[in-house]
Amino acid sequence: MNAVTLQLAIIVGYLLIALAVGLVAYRLTERTAEDFYLASRTLGTVVLLFTTFATLLSAFTFFAGPNIAYANGPEWVLVMGLMDGIIFAVLWYVIGYKQWLLGQQYGYVTLGEMLGDRFGSRWLRGLVAGVSLLWLFPYVMLQQVGAGTALEALTEGTVSYAAGAGLITAFMILYVVAAGMRGIAWTDTIQGAFMLITTWAALLWVLAAVGGPGAATEALASNPDTAGFLSLGGGVYSVPWILSTAITIGFGVAMFPQVNQRFFAAGSRRVLQRSFALWPILCVLLFVPSFMLGAWAAGLGVAVPDGANVLPIVLAEYTPLWFAALIIAGAMAAMMSSSDSMLLSGSSYFTRDLYRPFVDRTLSDRREDLLARGGVVIFATAAFVASLFQPATLFEIGEAAFSGFAQLALPVLLALYWRRTTRAGITAGILSSQAFYMMSLFLAIVPGSYAGWSAGLVGMGLSLLVTAAVSLVTTPAAAERRAIYFDKLGAD
Amino acid sequence: MRRTELGLWIGVAVVLASFAIPWFLWGSATVVAGLPMWLWWHVGWMGLASIVFWVFTRRAWGIGIEPGGRNASEAARGRTDAARGSDAGGESP
Repeated sequence: MNAVTLQLAIIVGYLLIALAVGLVAYRLTERTAEDFYLASRTLGTVVLLFTTFATLLSAFTFFAGPNIAYANGPEWVLVMGLMDGIIFAVLWYVIGYKQWLLGQQYGYVTLGEMLGDRFGSRWLRGLVAGVSLLWLFPYVMLQQVGAGTALEALTEGTVSYAAGAGLITAFMILYVVAAGMRGIAWTDTIQGAFMLITTWAALLWVLAAVGGPGAATEALASNPDTAGFLSLGGGVYSVPWILSTAITIGFGVAMFPQVNQRFFAAGSRRVLQRSFALWPILCVLLFVPSFMLGAWAAGLGVAVPDGANVLPIVLAEYTPLWFAALIIAGAMAAMMSSSDSMLLSGSSYFTRDLYRPFVDRTLSDRREDLLARGGVVIFATAAFVASLFQPATLFEIGEAAFSGFAQLALPVLLALYWRRTTRAGITAGILSSQAFYMMSLFLAIVPGSYAGWSAGLVGMGLSLLVTAAVSLVTTPAAAERRAIYFDKLGAD
Repeated sequence: MRRTELGLWIGVAVVLASFAIPWFLWGSATVVAGLPMWLWWHVGWMGLASIVFWVFTRRAWGIGIEPGGRNASEAARGRTDAARGSDAGGESP
């Protein structure tokens, strides 16, 4: 069997397993939006941990991360550890636990709903959903572009880019519409465990082939191109760059709809506590092998053509065919495991925070459930059509999505913890920092970096200042319900 | 008292974040057992972070969020889990 057939067989095999899991989940799903979006808030520790993990990290850890380590050295591991292992974990408590409590008490399903209720404003709710969809849509499109390109390369052109992206989209629609959050979380769990095991197997395999970590690192040090890789810092890794990247992405992740929504989905407090404590270890277990493989590949002189991914090439060189095929198939599945969650969340923001408050306020549970599934189809199809045209502007927005979401994080934090936050304050904070960050992307007169610190980080500072300042000079609107976040929480 | 404890935990979080990257090894290329020294530090530090987080979940979970402190937190835990009718890995109150 040649490599292409084998890889396709493995991908199809994965899709079939996912479908089977989805069908089981479908049989258990109640016909309500809360069950469809959040699996009725019943996720256990292992499932919550791995679904967050697979949604957040999978495709990046397989492709982009090793590529960066290959090009610039392995310090990216540190950025990942700081932003995901520590900053995101702390936010998991600070934002996530409070959100979970509020969700338990008031039945919130989206971030916009939670804020709109507190500030008595459907416009704020719509604004948060609108901003989130603005960043999410191109990001979903990027995943489809990635999947289409990967399938085309894998089949050596037999499956065209458009057909590849279309096939993946169709499968995801079918899957998400049927399985909902429960099915997605279960396949994510299989996916996460699979990635963890195969990444370590890949590391051990390659190290056995090249004579152990000492020899691999020695090759890195003695190769003139990569001799600087071992020392901490240097090149692109400056202190402001590392901190800007880790902080903006760490905060951005917490506002990413598909991640933020998982804050609501834990089954109990114990689940949250266990996940929180295990998170840094899980991150390091995945990042270190995959990024070191990328860095070692550079030292060993593995040639990677422009635009290609490092990891598949390293595996092809040092491991048997079937194993490399397994990893590539896993990486494809990883992309899907991120996209399906994004589709589900995008649909929930659309139906819950835009359709319901602005189009039909009297939507019944049953109808909302139907509409939610329709939203998945619309969202996925629109992103697929956009991915066919590959518009440059959408690419830029997709790649800037993490920092775009990060602009939401500090106004939300203030709203959760500072009683004086007013509707005018949070609205001004969100609007001004979004406008500033967008301008830094597209207008030449607004710089993208300030003495090495990124516009994303500067925008976060702006959002904090504006929210606080406007809150101080305005009085709460009559419809605001401040007590929701403070006085009643955690007590009867 | 509760405020002091909260300040302490915020300090712990800041320290954990600050030294996830070993700034004091900046520029160092020392290799120990096949990996750069700075990477060993990072791996160890993340392990430490997990332990600290675990201690936090045991001793101070709910601080800064639930009014009234840990007793209220435990009371709320019982109520919330019971109210949801599920005990997915949850403790009994």
